[in-house]
Amino acid sequence: MTTKYKNVYIKDTATVVGPYEYEGPLSKRFDKHYEDMYFNEETLEKAETKLMSDSIELALDKSKLKSEDINLFIAGDLQNQITSSTYAAGKLNIPFLGIYTACATNTEGLALGATYIESKICKNVMVSVSSHNMVSEKQFRNPTEYGAPKPGTATFTATGGATCILTNKKSKVRIESATIGIPQDYAQTDPLHMGSVMVPAAANTIHRHLTDLGRSINYYDLILTGDLGIYGKEILKDFMKTEYGMELNNYNDCGVMLYDLENQKEVQAGGSGPVCSALVVYSDILKKLETKELKRVLYVATGALFNPTTVFQKSNILSIANAISLESVE
Amino acid sequence: MEKKLYNKLVMNHKPTEKRAENAFIAFLTGGLVGVIGQLLVEFYSYYLHLSSNDASVFMMVTLIFFASLFTALGFFDKWVKFARCGLIIPITGFAHSMTSAAIEYRKEGFVTGLGANMFKLAGTVILYGVVSAYIFGFIRLIIMGGV
Repeated sequence: MTTKYKNVYIKDTATVVGPYEYEGPLSKRFDKHYEDMYFNEETLEKAETKLMSDSIELALDKSKLKSEDINLFIAGDLQNQITSSTYAAGKLNIPFLGIYTACATNTEGLALGATYIESKICKNVMVSVSSHNMVSEKQFRNPTEYGAPKPGTATFTATGGATCILTNKKSKVRIESATIGIPQDYAQTDPLHMGSVMVPAAANTIHRHLTDLGRSINYYDLILTGDLGIYGKEILKDFMKTEYGMELNNYNDCGVMLYDLENQKEVQAGGSGPVCSALVVYSDILKKLETKELKRVLYVATGALFNPTTVFQKSNILSIANAISLESVE
Repeated sequence: MEKKLYNKLVMNHKPTEKRAENAFIAFLTGGLVGVIGQLLVEFYSYYLHLSSNDASVFMMVTLIFFASLFTALGFFDKWVKFARCGLIIPITGFAHSMTSAAIEYRKEGFVTGLGANMFKLAGTVILYGVVSAYIFGFIRLIIMGGV
Protein backbone atom coordinates (compact mmCIF):
# COMPACT_ATOMS: atom_id res chain seq x y z
CA MET A 1 0.00 0.00 0.00
CA THR A 2 1.46 3.32 -1.10
CA THR A 3 -0.14 6.62 -0.12
CA LYS A 4 0.70 9.96 -1.73
CA TYR A 5 0.60 13.15 0.36
CA LYS A 6 0.15 16.69 -0.90
CA ASN A 7 0.29 18.67 2.26
CA VAL A 8 2.64 17.13 4.82
CA TYR A 9 5.81 18.97 5.81
CA ILE A 10 8.64 18.39 8.24
CA LYS A 11 8.73 21.37 10.59
CA ASP A 12 11.58 20.56 12.92
CA THR A 13 13.59 17.64 14.21
CA ALA A 14 15.84 17.08 17.21
CA THR A 15 18.45 14.43 18.03
CA VAL A 16 20.08 13.42 21.31
CA VAL A 17 22.85 10.79 21.40
CA GLY A 18 25.13 8.84 23.71
CA PRO A 19 28.95 8.75 23.65
CA TYR A 20 29.44 6.14 20.89
CA GLU A 21 27.27 8.01 18.39
CA TYR A 22 29.00 11.28 19.26
CA GLU A 23 32.35 9.67 18.38
CA GLY A 24 30.97 8.81 14.93
CA PRO A 25 31.24 10.84 11.70
CA LEU A 26 27.98 12.79 12.31
CA SER A 27 29.17 13.91 15.74
CA LYS A 28 28.78 17.70 15.48
CA ARG A 29 25.38 17.55 13.79
CA PHE A 30 23.49 16.11 16.73
CA ASP A 31 21.66 18.62 18.88
CA LYS A 32 22.78 17.21 22.22
CA HIS A 33 24.99 14.43 23.55
CA TYR A 34 25.82 12.71 26.81
CA GLU A 35 29.23 11.49 27.96
CA ASP A 36 28.09 8.36 29.82
CA MET A 37 25.24 5.86 29.47
CA TYR A 38 23.15 6.85 32.52
CA PHE A 39 22.65 10.61 31.96
CA ASN A 40 22.31 11.17 35.72
CA GLU A 41 19.39 8.75 35.88
CA GLU A 42 19.11 5.89 38.35
CA THR A 43 18.56 3.09 35.83
CA LEU A 44 19.36 2.46 32.17
CA GLU A 45 15.63 2.23 31.40
CA LYS A 46 15.01 5.69 32.85
CA ALA A 47 18.04 6.93 30.91
CA GLU A 48 16.37 5.86 27.67
CA THR A 49 13.19 7.75 28.56
CA LYS A 50 15.36 10.80 29.21
CA LEU A 51 16.81 10.53 25.69
CA MET A 52 13.33 10.68 24.20
CA SER A 53 12.09 13.41 26.55
CA ASP A 54 15.17 15.54 25.79
CA SER A 55 14.62 15.23 22.05
CA ILE A 56 10.95 16.19 22.44
CA GLU A 57 11.87 19.25 24.48
CA LEU A 58 14.47 20.33 21.92
CA ALA A 59 12.11 19.81 18.97
CA LEU A 60 9.36 21.84 20.67
CA ASP A 61 11.87 24.60 21.46
CA LYS A 62 13.09 24.75 17.87
CA SER A 63 9.58 24.83 16.43
CA LYS A 64 8.42 27.43 18.96
CA LEU A 65 5.32 25.30 19.49
CA LYS A 66 3.86 24.45 22.87
CA SER A 67 2.82 20.94 23.71
CA GLU A 68 -0.86 21.95 23.44
CA ASP A 69 -0.25 22.88 19.78
CA ILE A 70 0.59 19.25 19.04
CA ASN A 71 -2.57 17.28 18.24
CA LEU A 72 -1.05 13.82 18.37
CA PHE A 73 2.10 12.19 19.72
CA ILE A 74 3.28 8.95 18.08
CA ALA A 75 6.24 7.08 19.57
CA GLY A 76 7.92 3.70 19.81
CA ASP A 77 11.10 2.05 21.06
CA LEU A 78 12.65 -1.36 21.76
CA GLN A 79 12.03 -1.65 25.48
CA ASN A 80 9.58 -4.30 26.72
CA GLN A 81 6.04 -2.99 26.08
CA ILE A 82 7.56 0.28 24.71
CA THR A 83 7.80 1.80 28.18
CA SER A 84 10.42 4.34 27.16
CA SER A 85 7.79 5.97 24.93
CA THR A 86 4.95 5.67 27.42
CA TYR A 87 6.92 7.37 30.21
CA ALA A 88 7.94 10.13 27.82
CA ALA A 89 4.30 10.48 26.70
CA GLY A 90 3.19 10.58 30.33
CA LYS A 91 4.91 13.94 30.79
CA LEU A 92 3.26 15.57 27.78
CA ASN A 93 -0.54 15.71 28.09
CA ILE A 94 -0.95 15.02 24.35
CA PRO A 95 -3.05 12.17 22.85
CA PHE A 96 -0.61 9.31 22.36
CA LEU A 97 -0.29 6.42 19.90
CA GLY A 98 2.31 3.82 20.93
CA ILE A 99 3.69 1.88 17.96
CA TYR A 100 6.16 -0.93 17.38
CA THR A 101 7.86 -2.40 14.33
CA ALA A 102 11.35 -2.64 15.90
CA CYS A 103 13.85 -0.62 13.88
CA ALA A 104 11.19 0.28 11.27
CA THR A 105 9.21 2.16 13.94
CA ASN A 106 10.30 5.63 12.85
CA THR A 107 8.96 5.39 9.30
CA GLU A 108 5.80 3.72 10.61
CA GLY A 109 5.32 6.73 12.88
CA LEU A 110 6.04 9.23 10.10
CA ALA A 111 3.61 7.46 7.74
CA LEU A 112 0.89 7.43 10.40
CA GLY A 113 1.51 11.07 11.29
CA ALA A 114 1.49 12.09 7.63
CA THR A 115 -1.83 10.33 7.10
CA TYR A 116 -3.38 12.17 10.07
CA ILE A 117 -2.20 15.50 8.68
CA GLU A 118 -3.18 14.81 5.06
CA SER A 119 -6.68 13.84 6.17
CA LYS A 120 -6.87 17.19 8.05
CA ILE A 121 -7.59 15.50 11.37
CA CYS A 122 -4.40 16.99 12.83
CA LYS A 123 -2.40 20.15 12.20
CA ASN A 124 0.78 19.17 14.03
CA VAL A 125 1.92 15.65 14.82
CA MET A 126 5.03 14.76 16.81
CA VAL A 127 6.83 11.47 16.12
CA SER A 128 9.54 10.15 18.48
CA VAL A 129 11.75 7.08 18.72
CA SER A 130 14.50 6.02 21.08
CA SER A 131 16.82 3.13 21.78
CA HIS A 132 19.59 2.52 24.29
CA ASN A 133 22.44 0.10 23.66
CA MET A 134 22.67 -1.28 27.18
CA VAL A 135 18.90 -1.61 27.63
CA SER A 136 18.72 -3.72 24.47
CA GLU A 137 21.77 -5.80 25.40
CA LYS A 138 20.20 -6.56 28.76
CA GLN A 139 16.81 -7.40 27.27
CA PHE A 140 17.82 -9.33 24.17
CA ARG A 141 21.28 -10.71 24.99
CA ASN A 142 23.59 -11.04 28.00
CA PRO A 143 24.29 -8.75 30.96
CA THR A 144 26.09 -5.66 29.69
CA GLU A 145 29.16 -6.21 31.89
CA TYR A 146 29.53 -9.76 30.54
CA GLY A 147 30.88 -8.64 27.16
CA ALA A 148 30.22 -11.96 25.41
CA PRO A 149 31.99 -12.17 22.05
CA LYS A 150 29.70 -11.79 19.03
CA PRO A 151 30.21 -12.63 15.34
CA GLY A 152 31.17 -9.87 12.89
CA THR A 153 27.65 -9.76 11.47
CA ALA A 154 26.17 -8.51 14.77
CA THR A 155 25.01 -4.89 14.87
CA PHE A 156 25.27 -2.38 17.72
CA THR A 157 22.04 -0.84 19.06
CA ALA A 158 22.37 2.93 18.82
CA THR A 159 21.83 5.06 21.91
CA GLY A 160 19.72 8.10 21.23
CA GLY A 161 16.39 9.84 21.06
CA ALA A 162 14.97 11.52 17.96
CA THR A 163 11.85 13.61 17.46
CA CYS A 164 10.22 15.02 14.35
CA ILE A 165 7.35 17.49 14.18
CA LEU A 166 5.13 17.14 11.12
CA THR A 167 2.88 19.99 10.07
CA ASN A 168 0.46 21.10 7.34
CA LYS A 169 2.29 24.44 6.91
CA LYS A 170 4.85 24.67 4.12
CA SER A 171 8.50 24.13 5.02
CA LYS A 172 11.67 23.14 3.16
CA VAL A 173 11.10 19.37 3.16
CA ARG A 174 7.91 17.43 2.63
CA ILE A 175 6.80 13.83 2.94
CA GLU A 176 5.70 12.97 -0.58
CA SER A 177 4.50 9.40 -0.14
CA ALA A 178 4.73 6.36 2.12
CA THR A 179 4.67 2.61 1.55
CA ILE A 180 3.64 0.37 4.43
CA GLY A 181 5.64 -2.83 4.71
CA ILE A 182 4.47 -6.43 4.44
CA PRO A 183 6.11 -8.80 6.99
CA GLN A 184 8.52 -11.18 5.28
CA ASP A 185 9.53 -14.65 6.39
CA TYR A 186 12.68 -16.04 4.77
CA ALA A 187 13.28 -18.66 7.46
CA GLN A 188 16.10 -16.67 9.10
CA THR A 189 16.78 -17.48 12.75
CA ASP A 190 20.04 -15.72 13.63
CA PRO A 191 19.47 -12.63 15.84
CA LEU A 192 23.17 -11.83 15.46
CA HIS A 193 22.81 -11.34 11.70
CA MET A 194 19.87 -8.96 11.51
CA GLY A 195 20.98 -7.71 8.09
CA SER A 196 20.15 -11.07 6.53
CA VAL A 197 16.77 -11.08 8.29
CA MET A 198 15.74 -7.62 7.06
CA VAL A 199 16.98 -7.58 3.46
CA PRO A 200 13.89 -9.31 1.95
CA ALA A 201 11.59 -6.78 3.64
CA ALA A 202 13.64 -3.84 2.37
CA ALA A 203 13.71 -5.26 -1.15
CA ASN A 204 9.99 -5.99 -1.14
CA THR A 205 9.06 -2.51 0.07
CA ILE A 206 11.39 -0.69 -2.35
CA HIS A 207 10.05 -2.74 -5.26
CA ARG A 208 6.42 -2.23 -4.31
CA HIS A 209 6.94 1.48 -3.78
CA LEU A 210 8.46 1.91 -7.23
CA THR A 211 5.83 -0.26 -8.96
CA ASP A 212 2.89 1.40 -7.17
CA LEU A 213 4.05 4.84 -8.27
CA GLY A 214 5.40 3.79 -11.66
CA ARG A 215 8.86 5.11 -10.90
CA SER A 216 12.29 3.85 -11.91
CA ILE A 217 14.95 3.28 -9.29
CA ASN A 218 16.89 6.29 -10.58
CA TYR A 219 14.00 8.62 -9.72
CA TYR A 220 15.55 8.97 -6.28
CA ASP A 221 18.84 10.76 -5.61
CA LEU A 222 19.34 8.45 -2.66
CA ILE A 223 17.79 5.25 -1.39
CA LEU A 224 18.48 4.84 2.27
CA THR A 225 17.84 1.66 4.24
CA GLY A 226 17.50 1.65 8.02
CA ASP A 227 20.09 -0.57 9.60
CA LEU A 228 21.13 -3.52 7.44
CA GLY A 229 24.80 -3.08 8.32
CA ILE A 230 27.77 -3.64 6.01
CA TYR A 231 26.91 -7.26 5.19
CA GLY A 232 23.18 -6.65 4.84
CA LYS A 233 23.92 -3.76 2.51
CA GLU A 234 25.78 -6.04 0.10
CA ILE A 235 23.09 -8.74 0.39
CA LEU A 236 20.40 -6.18 -0.55
CA LYS A 237 22.32 -5.06 -3.65
CA ASP A 238 22.64 -8.69 -4.69
CA PHE A 239 18.98 -9.44 -3.87
CA MET A 240 17.64 -6.47 -5.87
CA LYS A 241 19.71 -7.52 -8.86
CA THR A 242 18.79 -11.23 -8.88
CA GLU A 243 15.14 -10.83 -7.88
CA TYR A 244 14.06 -7.63 -9.66
CA GLY A 245 16.95 -6.91 -12.04
CA MET A 246 17.50 -3.51 -10.36
CA GLU A 247 20.91 -1.92 -9.81
CA LEU A 248 21.14 -0.02 -6.52
CA ASN A 249 23.49 2.82 -7.44
CA ASN A 250 22.50 5.76 -5.28
CA TYR A 251 22.22 3.68 -2.18
CA ASN A 252 23.43 3.79 1.41
CA ASP A 253 22.56 2.33 4.79
CA CYS A 254 22.04 4.36 7.98
CA GLY A 255 23.65 1.66 10.15
CA VAL A 256 26.85 2.07 8.16
CA MET A 257 26.69 5.89 8.18
CA LEU A 258 26.13 6.41 11.91
CA TYR A 259 29.49 5.07 13.06
CA ASP A 260 33.08 5.15 11.88
CA LEU A 261 33.34 1.43 11.16
CA GLU A 262 37.12 1.55 10.72
CA ASN A 263 37.90 3.03 14.12
CA GLN A 264 34.86 2.03 16.18
CA LYS A 265 35.41 -1.73 16.13
CA GLU A 266 32.88 -2.35 18.91
CA VAL A 267 29.97 -1.59 16.55
CA GLN A 268 30.98 -4.52 14.30
CA ALA A 269 28.61 -4.57 11.27
CA GLY A 270 27.12 -1.13 12.07
CA GLY A 271 24.37 0.55 14.07
CA SER A 272 20.81 -0.64 14.62
CA GLY A 273 17.77 0.21 16.73
CA PRO A 274 14.76 2.42 15.95
CA VAL A 275 16.76 5.57 16.55
CA CYS A 276 19.64 4.62 14.25
CA SER A 277 18.02 5.62 10.96
CA ALA A 278 16.24 8.57 12.59
CA LEU A 279 19.57 10.00 13.81
CA VAL A 280 21.14 9.78 10.35
CA VAL A 281 18.11 11.14 8.47
CA TYR A 282 17.40 14.03 10.87
CA SER A 283 21.00 15.14 11.39
CA ASP A 284 22.36 14.64 7.88
CA ILE A 285 19.86 13.80 5.13
CA LEU A 286 17.25 16.46 5.99
CA LYS A 287 19.95 19.14 5.98
CA LYS A 288 20.97 18.01 2.50
CA LEU A 289 17.34 18.13 1.36
CA GLU A 290 16.96 21.63 2.81
CA THR A 291 20.00 22.89 0.89
CA LYS A 292 18.84 20.96 -2.21
CA GLU A 293 22.05 18.94 -2.31
CA LEU A 294 19.59 16.06 -2.48
CA LYS A 295 16.13 16.44 -3.98
CA ARG A 296 14.40 13.11 -3.55
CA VAL A 297 15.23 10.51 -0.96
CA LEU A 298 13.53 7.18 -0.29
CA TYR A 299 13.98 6.38 3.40
CA VAL A 300 13.30 2.70 4.05
CA ALA A 301 13.61 1.81 7.73
CA THR A 302 13.87 -1.95 8.33
CA GLY A 303 12.86 -3.92 11.40
CA ALA A 304 13.42 -7.48 12.65
CA LEU A 305 10.32 -8.70 14.46
CA PHE A 306 11.02 -11.09 17.32
CA ASN A 307 11.41 -11.25 21.07
CA PRO A 308 13.98 -13.13 23.22
CA THR A 309 11.52 -15.97 23.90
CA THR A 310 10.69 -16.68 20.25
CA VAL A 311 14.39 -16.70 19.39
CA PHE A 312 15.17 -19.36 22.01
CA GLN A 313 12.16 -21.34 20.75
CA LYS A 314 13.81 -21.28 17.30
CA SER A 315 10.91 -19.52 15.58
CA ASN A 316 11.72 -17.75 12.33
CA ILE A 317 12.51 -14.05 12.66
CA LEU A 318 10.17 -11.97 10.49
CA SER A 319 11.08 -8.61 9.06
CA ILE A 320 9.30 -5.48 7.90
CA ALA A 321 10.26 -2.29 6.10
CA ASN A 322 8.24 0.92 5.87
CA ALA A 323 9.27 3.48 3.27
CA ILE A 324 8.90 7.27 3.30
CA SER A 325 9.65 9.42 0.28
CA LEU A 326 11.17 12.78 1.26
CA GLU A 327 11.32 15.71 -1.17
CA SER A 328 12.86 19.12 -0.96
CA VAL A 329 10.24 21.82 -1.53
CA GLU A 330 10.75 24.28 -4.40
CA MET B 1 13.10 -15.74 -4.17
CA GLU B 2 13.28 -19.28 -2.83
CA LYS B 3 14.34 -19.53 0.81
CA LYS B 4 17.17 -21.92 -0.05
CA LEU B 5 18.43 -19.62 -2.77
CA TYR B 6 18.28 -16.72 -0.33
CA ASN B 7 20.32 -18.63 2.24
CA LYS B 8 22.98 -19.18 -0.42
CA LEU B 9 22.98 -15.46 -1.17
CA VAL B 10 23.44 -14.71 2.54
CA MET B 11 26.28 -17.21 2.82
CA ASN B 12 28.06 -15.50 -0.09
CA HIS B 13 28.31 -12.34 1.99
CA LYS B 14 29.14 -13.91 5.33
CA PRO B 15 32.41 -12.66 6.83
CA THR B 16 34.98 -15.24 7.83
CA GLU B 17 35.63 -15.38 11.55
CA LYS B 18 39.31 -15.44 12.50
CA ARG B 19 39.05 -18.79 14.23
CA ALA B 20 42.78 -19.63 14.27
CA GLU B 21 43.69 -16.21 15.66
CA ASN B 22 40.91 -16.36 18.29
CA ALA B 23 41.93 -19.89 19.31
CA PHE B 24 45.58 -18.85 19.62
CA ILE B 25 44.72 -15.81 21.79
CA ALA B 26 42.42 -18.00 23.93
CA PHE B 27 45.21 -20.61 24.25
CA LEU B 28 47.71 -18.00 25.43
CA THR B 29 45.40 -16.11 27.81
CA GLY B 30 43.77 -19.28 29.15
CA GLY B 31 47.24 -20.75 29.66
CA LEU B 32 48.30 -17.57 31.45
CA VAL B 33 45.37 -17.92 33.86
CA GLY B 34 46.53 -21.53 34.45
CA VAL B 35 50.08 -20.37 35.14
CA ILE B 36 48.85 -17.72 37.58
CA GLY B 37 46.74 -20.41 39.28
CA GLN B 38 49.72 -22.73 39.61
CA LEU B 39 51.90 -19.94 41.00
CA LEU B 40 49.18 -19.18 43.55
CA VAL B 41 49.03 -22.85 44.58
CA GLU B 42 52.82 -22.88 45.04
CA PHE B 43 52.68 -19.61 46.92
CA TYR B 44 49.98 -20.76 49.32
CA SER B 45 51.51 -24.17 49.99
CA TYR B 46 55.01 -22.73 50.49
CA TYR B 47 54.25 -19.64 52.56
CA LEU B 48 51.09 -20.72 54.36
CA HIS B 49 52.21 -24.35 54.73
CA LEU B 50 48.93 -25.65 53.28
CA SER B 51 48.37 -29.07 51.72
CA SER B 52 48.14 -28.88 47.90
CA ASN B 53 44.39 -29.61 48.12
CA ASP B 54 43.80 -26.69 50.46
CA ALA B 55 46.12 -24.48 48.43
CA SER B 56 44.00 -25.26 45.28
CA VAL B 57 40.88 -24.08 47.09
CA PHE B 58 42.66 -20.87 48.16
CA MET B 59 43.83 -20.37 44.56
CA MET B 60 40.27 -20.71 43.22
CA VAL B 61 38.90 -18.29 45.78
CA THR B 62 41.61 -15.79 44.83
CA LEU B 63 40.84 -16.04 41.09
CA ILE B 64 37.10 -15.75 41.73
CA PHE B 65 37.66 -12.72 43.95
CA PHE B 66 39.76 -10.86 41.41
CA ALA B 67 37.55 -11.75 38.42
CA SER B 68 34.51 -10.48 40.34
CA LEU B 69 36.34 -7.36 41.50
CA PHE B 70 37.51 -6.56 37.95
CA THR B 71 33.96 -7.10 36.64
CA ALA B 72 32.62 -4.72 39.26
CA LEU B 73 35.28 -2.15 38.38
CA GLY B 74 34.01 -2.34 34.82
CA PHE B 75 36.97 -3.47 32.72
CA PHE B 76 36.79 -7.28 32.82
CA ASP B 77 34.23 -7.33 29.94
CA LYS B 78 36.83 -5.64 27.73
CA TRP B 79 39.36 -8.36 28.62
CA VAL B 80 36.73 -11.03 27.83
CA LYS B 81 36.04 -9.43 24.43
CA PHE B 82 39.74 -9.77 23.65
CA ALA B 83 40.61 -13.13 25.24
CA ARG B 84 37.20 -14.76 24.62
CA CYS B 85 37.33 -18.40 25.77
CA GLY B 86 40.74 -17.79 27.38
CA LEU B 87 38.90 -16.05 30.22
CA ILE B 88 35.42 -17.58 29.84
CA ILE B 89 36.38 -21.24 30.27
CA PRO B 90 38.53 -20.94 33.45
CA ILE B 91 36.85 -20.25 36.79
CA THR B 92 37.28 -16.51 36.08
CA GLY B 93 34.48 -16.81 33.48
CA PHE B 94 32.17 -18.44 35.99
CA ALA B 95 32.74 -15.67 38.53
CA HIS B 96 32.42 -13.00 35.84
CA SER B 97 29.08 -14.37 34.59
CA MET B 98 27.62 -14.24 38.09
CA THR B 99 28.95 -10.81 39.02
CA SER B 100 27.90 -9.24 35.72
CA ALA B 101 24.34 -10.62 36.11
CA ALA B 102 24.25 -9.44 39.74
CA ILE B 103 25.26 -5.91 38.76
CA GLU B 104 22.79 -5.85 35.86
CA TYR B 105 19.73 -6.80 37.89
CA ARG B 106 20.58 -5.06 41.18
CA LYS B 107 18.16 -2.20 40.39
CA GLU B 108 15.22 -4.62 40.20
CA GLY B 109 15.61 -5.42 43.89
CA PHE B 110 17.59 -7.92 45.99
CA VAL B 111 15.04 -10.74 45.66
CA THR B 112 13.19 -10.15 42.36
CA GLY B 113 16.28 -8.80 40.59
CA LEU B 114 19.65 -9.86 41.92
CA GLY B 115 18.49 -13.10 43.53
CA ALA B 116 16.37 -14.26 40.63
CA ASN B 117 18.84 -13.41 37.90
CA MET B 118 22.33 -13.88 39.36
CA PHE B 119 22.50 -17.48 38.09
CA LYS B 120 21.04 -16.60 34.69
CA LEU B 121 24.26 -17.61 32.91
CA ALA B 122 26.02 -19.63 35.61
CA GLY B 123 22.94 -21.73 36.40
CA THR B 124 23.49 -23.81 33.26
CA VAL B 125 27.06 -24.56 34.29
CA ILE B 126 26.02 -25.58 37.78
CA LEU B 127 23.10 -27.76 36.64
CA TYR B 128 24.99 -29.67 33.97
CA GLY B 129 28.12 -29.79 36.14
CA VAL B 130 26.14 -31.58 38.86
CA VAL B 131 24.39 -33.87 36.35
CA SER B 132 27.64 -34.90 34.65
CA ALA B 133 29.39 -35.38 38.03
CA TYR B 134 26.54 -37.71 38.99
CA ILE B 135 26.84 -39.71 35.76
CA PHE B 136 30.64 -39.94 35.93
CA GLY B 137 30.37 -40.91 39.59
CA PHE B 138 28.22 -43.88 38.58
CA ILE B 139 30.59 -44.86 35.78
CA ARG B 140 33.47 -44.74 38.22
CA LEU B 141 31.51 -46.86 40.71
CA ILE B 142 30.75 -49.51 38.09
CA ILE B 143 34.21 -49.67 36.49
CA MET B 144 36.49 -49.03 39.44
CA GLY B 145 34.26 -50.21 42.27
CA GLY B 146 34.07 -46.78 43.88
CA VAL B 147 37.79 -46.41 44.54
